[in-house]
Amino acid sequence: MAITATKGQTGLTGNSAVAYAMKQVNPDVCAAYPITPSTQIVEDFSGYVADGEVTTELITVESEHSAMSACIGAAAAGARVMTATSSQGLALMWEMLYIASGMRLPIVLANVNRALSAPINIHCDHSDSMGARDSGWVQLYSETVQEAYDNVFMALRIAEHKDVLLPAMVCLDGFITSHAIENISLLDDQEVRQFIGSYSAKASLLDIEGAPTFGAMTLPDTYIEFKRQQSEAMTRAKDAAIEVMKDFGKRFGREYGLFETYRLEDAEAAIVVLNSAAGTTKVAVDALRKEGKKVGLLRPRLFRPFPWQEIAEALKGAKAVAVLDRADSMNAFGGPVFSEVRSALYDLDSRPRVMNRIYGLGGRDYKVKDAVEVFNEALKAAETGRVDTLVKYITL
Amino acid sequence: MMENYIEVRWHGRAQQGVVTAAKVLGEACLRSGKFVQAFPEFGPERMGAPVKAYNRISAEPIRLHCQVTNPKYVLIADPTLIGMNLSGGMESSGGVTDGTPEDAIFIVNTPKAPEEMRKELGLEGRKDVKVFTLDAAKISLETIGRMMPNTPMLGALAKATSFITLEALVENFKENYSKKFSPKVIEGNVAAMGRGYEEVRG
Repeated sequence: MAITATKGQTGLTGNSAVAYAMKQVNPDVCAAYPITPSTQIVEDFSGYVADGEVTTELITVESEHSAMSACIGAAAAGARVMTATSSQGLALMWEMLYIASGMRLPIVLANVNRALSAPINIHCDHSDSMGARDSGWVQLYSETVQEAYDNVFMALRIAEHKDVLLPAMVCLDGFITSHAIENISLLDDQEVRQFIGSYSAKASLLDIEGAPTFGAMTLPDTYIEFKRQQSEAMTRAKDAAIEVMKDFGKRFGREYGLFETYRLEDAEAAIVVLNSAAGTTKVAVDALRKEGKKVGLLRPRLFRPFPWQEIAEALKGAKAVAVLDRADSMNAFGGPVFSEVRSALYDLDSRPRVMNRIYGLGGRDYKVKDAVEVFNEALKAAETGRVDTLVKYITL
Repeated sequence: MMENYIEVRWHGRAQQGVVTAAKVLGEACLRSGKFVQAFPEFGPERMGAPVKAYNRISAEPIRLHCQVTNPKYVLIADPTLIGMNLSGGMESSGGVTDGTPEDAIFIVNTPKAPEEMRKELGLEGRKDVKVFTLDAAKISLETIGRMMPNTPMLGALAKATSFITLEALVENFKENYSKKFSPKVIEGNVAAMGRGYEEVRG
């Protein structure tokens, strides 16, 4: 898509915005295998490659497993590497995701959230990235096209931060965000270059002198130390994220945090929800506030590492919290966001009542009325101090 | 609902350009300083399959990310879709009149008169609903040389409503598409919009 304006507002889909961000980053290598609904990212980006607008080596591969493998090889050689995928594509990358994070390679991946088969479905839910939540990748979630675009740059800075060196994933909702044209304000190439800086890998496979080893065999005498270091790096990623988001806000005037709160300060009932559904929930918050009901929202942005202390602190004033999951964690008692939030609240002296609602799987629409119903249930729990149904599917 | 915005639903068949029309309308409104959303609804894709596309347009940032279910403006690029169940696995609308409010405005690509179309749409009892018609197929063949009913319909929309002007549509099209299309194609599309504006009846 031709973009003429670099200042002021323009209209782009989430996919085109992410591809444009990738163009502005101009990574050394992009290895990708397009899949719905993220296809347009790779399609747009390959156009930039063909037109000579980037100097990226684009590697077209025969599967997502190969895409991530090529990304890993390139990143181990010291390249700045980016890719994009969705759903089954992320699932096919699975074993390589752990290798990317274990080898501490700051690859940036845009994951356009889509349901997992079976039954086959191309529409939005968060089963794909939630399944990868323990793979050692930093995860940032995005409510709008603008935020998906901004998150690409922030993810890159967090991933490449000297105290982190971990891969990072930017998640945006399939179709709802990826295929919707929304107003977006683009940064100048110069601004992007200054924000992300140049990348110099700490170790490179091509360094003949130093000859570093990547992904070597480790026996019980060393493996656990590697994992502890990786875990500590993930913990440090939170501070890096705070630093990077602060710098982004200072430079470009768009303020981002580990999570966003909306009218939460004096809320008795709160909804916790990721991505685009948060926007719809804000409309419900305003409607209920007009009726005098004290409701608010918390939208996690950084899901990995999970800022549990900060989230517990932000929610401690609420009497009831409804956590909405666009993915189920089969065999657990509730979805992944619910488990994390509920666990985070455990150490509080006085805990809110917590309930879980699974919504919107496979692209099922989540409307203002759905948010209102959840709020009303949460308000009832706030009043009675009792949760009638802990986990329930909604939007059925 | 509770926010102040305009919602539009486009009905057509694959290849008739309704997704592009929603995009072009969104861009033109954006250029006029509005906040916009333009998005298609994808079902199983095949030639000639029913397609829907949507717009939300507002003076303020749009936070809603749910489907458009109660559009005031409905544009029907292919009249053979009238009376059909178009849910196609999605829940937003079964038929072309589904969810429309009392003051809805319909614009239909057809050589027939608005009153006849009102009957075919089953809207005779709904007095505050307005129905407009234009032969967008014929206009597009004569101006663009191809069956692209979406372009004249944009012009008709500018005439039938007040939220976008013909000038804004034309300016946006010239500016955003002159790189992509030849001057001849641009000229044809601009002429199609103009004739859609002039020839719409209702």
